[in-house]
Amino acid sequence: MKKTGLNKVDLIFEAVDPKEVLTKAFNMSNDEIIQQVLESGLKGRGGAGFPTGLKWKYTAAEKETEKYVVCNADEGEPGTFKDRELLDRAAYKMYGGMTIAGKAIGAKNGIVYLRGEYRFLLPQLLRELESFHKLIKEIGYDFTIRYALGSGAYICGEESALFESIEGFRGEPRNKPPYPTTSGVYSKPTSINNVETLVTVVMIIQHGAAAYNQLGTKDSRGSKVFSVSGDTPTPGIFELELGMTVQEFVNEFGDGDTKAVQVGGASGFCVPRKKFNTTIIGFEGVPTGGSMKLFNSSRSMYNVLHNYLDFFAEESCGQCTPCRVGCQQLLKGVEHVKKGAVKSTYLNELTKLADTMKIASKCGLGQSVGNAFKTIVENFKEEIIY
Amino acid sequence: MYQVGNLVKELTDKHGRARESLMPVLQGIVEKHSYLTDEVMVEVAKELDISAAEVYGTASFYTFLDTAPKGKYVIRVCKTISCSMKGKGEIIQTLEDMLKIKVGETTSDKLFSLIETNCIGWCHKAPAILINEMPYTELSPEKIVEIIKSYMQK
Repeated sequence: MKKTGLNKVDLIFEAVDPKEVLTKAFNMSNDEIIQQVLESGLKGRGGAGFPTGLKWKYTAAEKETEKYVVCNADEGEPGTFKDRELLDRAAYKMYGGMTIAGKAIGAKNGIVYLRGEYRFLLPQLLRELESFHKLIKEIGYDFTIRYALGSGAYICGEESALFESIEGFRGEPRNKPPYPTTSGVYSKPTSINNVETLVTVVMIIQHGAAAYNQLGTKDSRGSKVFSVSGDTPTPGIFELELGMTVQEFVNEFGDGDTKAVQVGGASGFCVPRKKFNTTIIGFEGVPTGGSMKLFNSSRSMYNVLHNYLDFFAEESCGQCTPCRVGCQQLLKGVEHVKKGAVKSTYLNELTKLADTMKIASKCGLGQSVGNAFKTIVENFKEEIIY
Repeated sequence: MYQVGNLVKELTDKHGRARESLMPVLQGIVEKHSYLTDEVMVEVAKELDISAAEVYGTASFYTFLDTAPKGKYVIRVCKTISCSMKGKGEIIQTLEDMLKIKVGETTSDKLFSLIETNCIGWCHKAPAILINEMPYTELSPEKIVEIIKSYMQK
C-alpha cells in the first residue's frame, strides 16, 4: 500500500466487547492464533521490534508445562507515556491480549510488571482485573493475572532485568542466550510483551490480520501510539499509521521552528532538520517505542545530550564495565569539550567509546547509549563544542 | 528512625516468605515509612530467612527503596528533558524557597524530602512531580505552592 503522509487512526482505544473477542480467540486453535499474529506482521511495540508471532511460536514450542506471559508495563524511556494512557483507558484489552497469549503458548499465569511511578493506577487496575477474571472464567479460560511492582529502576524495562526484579533480586540483566522464550521468569519459558503489543493483539483478533495489514508499510505494519512532547503546540498521545516521514510528522506537530526530533527517547536517534524528508519513522528508518520529542531552534542540543547522558549514567545498572564506565566517561567527556578543557577532536575518541559500548555492553541500555550520542554529536557538533 | 511494630510480620504474612516476596515487603514498608532503616532490613532478612546483605543489596539497587532517612512526603521532581525544558528549574526554586531546604534534603519537621528523579512519564504535561505515589502535572510556581500547602494541612 502506497503511503500518503500522516494518517491518524483510532483503533487502539476503540471500544470492543471483550467477551466477543475473547470468545472468538477461545474458539480458535493455538496455531491459528499464532498464525494470525504472524500474518499481521506485528512487531513489539516497546521499541525493540521483535515479531510478536515468532516470540509466541517459540514459546509455544517449548515442552515445559509451566510457562508465563509477562506484560512489560515498566515504561521508562524518556518521552514515552503511551502505556500509562493505555493502562488508564484500555487495561481490559491488555488483560485480553495476555489471556490470548496465554492460550496460544500454553501458559496459565500472567504477570504485569508495573513501574513504581505508575503505582497510583494500581487500585483501578486491580478492580478491572477482578471483573476481567470473572469474565474469562465464564468463557472457559484457565488463566490468572497478577501484578509485580517496580521501584524506580529504568533498567527493569529490559526483559531479563525485569524477571530478576519479579523474582526479588537486583534488576541486573542476564546473559543471553538463553532467551526468555526458553528461560524467562523463574527460568521458565516466557513470552514477554509490551502493553501496547498486547492491546494490539486484541485489535488483530477482532478485525483479522488481513485488515490490520492494510495499515502501514512492508516493514512496519499497522498503526502505533506515539507520545509527542517537547516544543509542540499539541503534546499528547496520538495513534498514527506507520510509514510517515519525520517531515510529515513535523508538519503536523511542529511549532514552525523545529530543528530536531528525537525519535525513540534517550536511547533513540536524533533526526536533524536536513534529514526530515528522507527519514521514515518505522523499522525501515528510525524505529521507536513511540517517544517523539521535538526541539525548536531555541534549544541547546548540548543541554539535550547532557540530559540524556546524565540519565544513562544514573540508570546504568553498573554490572558490566563498558556501560558503567562508558556512560560516566561520555558525560564527563562532553563536559570537558564544552569547557574547552580538551580539544574538540576529543569527540572522535568519545565516538569510538560509544561504538565500543555498542559492541561490548551486556544489554540494550549500554548498546543504545551511542544512538543519541552519535546522532547529536554528528549533526550538532558546533553546539557541543561552542 | 521509626518503630516498625508488627509491620514486617503483617507484610510477610500477606506476601509470603519466598525470595520473590522481598520486593513487595520492602515496598510495603516504604509506603508506610518512606525509607528503610538497618533494623527493619535485618528484621525482613530474618523473616525471609536470607542474609541482611541480600536485603540491603536488593534495596540499594532501587531508587524508590530509600535506605537513607526521608520525610513523610517525598517530593520527586522530574528532571528529564521535557520537564527540564518546561520549567523544572522554577519548580525546584519555588520548593526550595518554600520548604527552606535544598534538593536532597529533608525539612526539620521530617514532613518533606525534596529530590530529583528521572522520567516519570508525564512529558506532555510537563513539568511534573510525584509526591509519594501521586503525580502532579502541568505545574506552575503558584500551583505547586497550593499543593504543598494542602499537604502541610493533612
